[in-house]
Amino acid sequence: MEVIRHGRVDVDATAGGAGGASELTPADKAAFRARQSRARDLLRGDLEGQDLEAQVRESVLTTTLDKASKWASGNSIFPLTFGLACCSIDLINLVGSRMDISRFGGEAMRGTPRQADMIILAGRVSMKMAPVVRRVYDQMLEPKYSIAMGACSSSMGVFNNYAIVPADKFMPVDVHVPGCPPRTESLVYGILKLRRMIQDDPEMGWRDRYRAHGTEENPRQPLMSMDELETRAAEATERERILREGGTGA
Amino acid sequence: MLDVEELERLSTVVGGSDSAVLGTTLTSCRAELQVRPGSIVDVLERLRGEGYNMLMSLHGVDYFPEEPRLGVAYELLSFEHQRRLSVKLRVSLDTPNVPSVTPTWPTANFHEREVYDMFGVVFDGHPDLRRILMPEDYIGHPQRRDFPIGGEPVLFTGNEDGNPGWWK
Amino acid sequence: MVEVSTERTTTTVEYRAGEASIDFAEQLGTVVQHEQAELLTVNFGPHHPATHGVLRLLTTLEGEVVRDVQPIIGYLHTGIEKTAEDKAYWKVVPIVERMDYLAYYFNAMAYCGAVEDLLGIEVPKRAQYLRVIHMELNRIMSHLVWLATTALDVGAMSILWYGFRERDTILDLFEYSSGQRVHPRYFQIGGVMEDIPAGWEAKLRRFLTEMPKRIGQYESMLSNNEIFLRRMRDVGVADAETLQAKGVAGPLLRAAGVPWDLRKTMPYSSYEDFDFKVPVGTRGDNYDRYLVRMAEMRESLKIIEQAIDNLPEGPYITEDRKVALPPRHELATSMEALIHHFKLVTEGMRVPAGEAYHAIEGPRGELGCFVRSDGSSKPARVHMRDPSFVHLQAFGDMARNEYIADMIITLACLDPILGGIDR
Repeated sequence: MEVIRHGRVDVDATAGGAGGASELTPADKAAFRARQSRARDLLRGDLEGQDLEAQVRESVLTTTLDKASKWASGNSIFPLTFGLACCSIDLINLVGSRMDISRFGGEAMRGTPRQADMIILAGRVSMKMAPVVRRVYDQMLEPKYSIAMGACSSSMGVFNNYAIVPADKFMPVDVHVPGCPPRTESLVYGILKLRRMIQDDPEMGWRDRYRAHGTEENPRQPLMSMDELETRAAEATERERILREGGTGA
Repeated sequence: MLDVEELERLSTVVGGSDSAVLGTTLTSCRAELQVRPGSIVDVLERLRGEGYNMLMSLHGVDYFPEEPRLGVAYELLSFEHQRRLSVKLRVSLDTPNVPSVTPTWPTANFHEREVYDMFGVVFDGHPDLRRILMPEDYIGHPQRRDFPIGGEPVLFTGNEDGNPGWWK
Repeated sequence: MVEVSTERTTTTVEYRAGEASIDFAEQLGTVVQHEQAELLTVNFGPHHPATHGVLRLLTTLEGEVVRDVQPIIGYLHTGIEKTAEDKAYWKVVPIVERMDYLAYYFNAMAYCGAVEDLLGIEVPKRAQYLRVIHMELNRIMSHLVWLATTALDVGAMSILWYGFRERDTILDLFEYSSGQRVHPRYFQIGGVMEDIPAGWEAKLRRFLTEMPKRIGQYESMLSNNEIFLRRMRDVGVADAETLQAKGVAGPLLRAAGVPWDLRKTMPYSSYEDFDFKVPVGTRGDNYDRYLVRMAEMRESLKIIEQAIDNLPEGPYITEDRKVALPPRHELATSMEALIHHFKLVTEGMRVPAGEAYHAIEGPRGELGCFVRSDGSSKPARVHMRDPSFVHLQAFGDMARNEYIADMIITLACLDPILGGIDR
């Protein structure tokens, strides 16, 4: 007896039947033929645009290559030397022999943003410096990452005054490393966290680890769908109309 | 440290004919001459003649509720006597002009620019009076006492949505 | 019209006498006399690996010779002085520490000295000696970072790693005594925060026996190194009159021949109890500045050794309860101690009205702090006179008519710290 699941014949049930694994539906055969012809076109160089992308995405070999390339790029981050203030001294300490950044592949500190992957914003960003930092960040090529080292660049830090800008205001920051200045071990921890994010293996936040969802101070409202937004807008218009007419009416 | 007689002698020498010295102060840690703003260049020259050859610091002070409001302090150091002397002058906000000592004491260049930037005291005769620490087009003089300190509110999860970031 | 001096001394070594005929002054002379000498203004932007911090230099070049340098600062302005007016006196110490970020104990000492002058209190002897030990350790650490970054600029990169290795040893000592490696808030108004723990002295003595050998190793690598000599000798010369006119004091002035050191001439915090020499240079070039700083490191080691040998017993902070927190065990028994503790922590200490300017010898020069008090518990004005801010004005004179590479070295030997310049 044949058990049909998802349009395909169950192999185990047809042990007594003829064929087994070679019992393919016409749809499967057509799909296979399509894939085969696409592969042939690819080899000939005839595939272009969307077809090429679809082919590449589907082939298993490239997905593994993707993971491998991410692993490699996570292990060879080129930091950009952007030492501003006190944190920069601990940044140079990172290159030193006690906390060797070279064991993570990051000792090639680049002076130019064009060749760098990661900007470590070490130090307080003043009002005059913020456009300069943004310009340097814009000059970096994708994929680029940024670490805000220290309390002054992550938030205002010790100095809550007219002269300092937190880095979140003018550029996207991937990892914030707290401390004033952060111990070099903390910075290494931040770089390793970034590395896991690059390698598509982001660490769980503490709420995941401790299953503490729902403990936020002000739980965010879930995003509304388009229909819901339209219904709410219609209700509001209705209420306004009633108010207006009710006011002028009776 | 200076003693009283030395300070009195200096103030007469330095005051000269135009009675530039308005007063003196002597505490256990500081000897100070208060001078008229217009005569600061002559006063410093006479003090250089008395052996005070280094102008170590030039900074502004805002005596906010008291008038005249803006003060400029000059810290002098004598290598041969190993003594310090301070010279102070006060100007009000409506006439914040002080003659610049940069031509005779080149070290005052950056200092006077900083006092101008932070307090708004205008130094006449300065070769290049523009802002040094704040951006060139900044409006306001930050270190005056009535300038707000500024800053950002502390972010909690409750109010972090209202705070603009780079993506907003 | 650009005025140029065509004198350039060339260092000759005996067996290179044949090359002495290559005198760049001649070529320089011809270039300048040419009517269409082109001047190119180049911006060494605030983000640059060779400027020590976010310093912007507008350099006017003729070929590779620097004709004029204009520093533009303000890229690190933090408003430290304004923030300090908003905090109680003892809370200002960490704010002010972050100004010159390699000489944090010195910033704190200048400020605490000024406030102690205003208060008129006496700091106990033990606290003074502990302050001296920590300040001299900080001086060695600052000179090590200077040596590391200057050697990196010259090209001797290995010194960078050695310098930071020694710096880590010193930072371990700081962490042991106060809990934090950098910006430890150890100096308080009236003394130090805490007494040194057990085992700190042993660790310090181990450091003191090891460090002179290490300094000897660095000197043997650099002092007679021909490349180093050629790059630093007679480069960035500034004579004593120009420097004094620009208000420069510290290792730069000492390298130019003037033996002015505030620790010897106007001693503070028991420096008169110690026997040490003040190294003075002769020519005022970059090599003399290097030698002066290396010698200063050795003298600092001597001071630390004398201080730790003669460390007196006694309190580590003033006994005046209106200024310093009472010890914890007193809070359980004495009502006055409790009240003092409460007042100090919530409101802070009240300082009588007045003004004070206290200057100390920092690793870069004279570090002064001006404090004005109006009688309340918050300072009315705190101004730090930073040496790097003043020395940057002399930089234009030192770098004129040098090659760009020499200008970078001169900037490194000037030892500017942008945190102090921009405050």
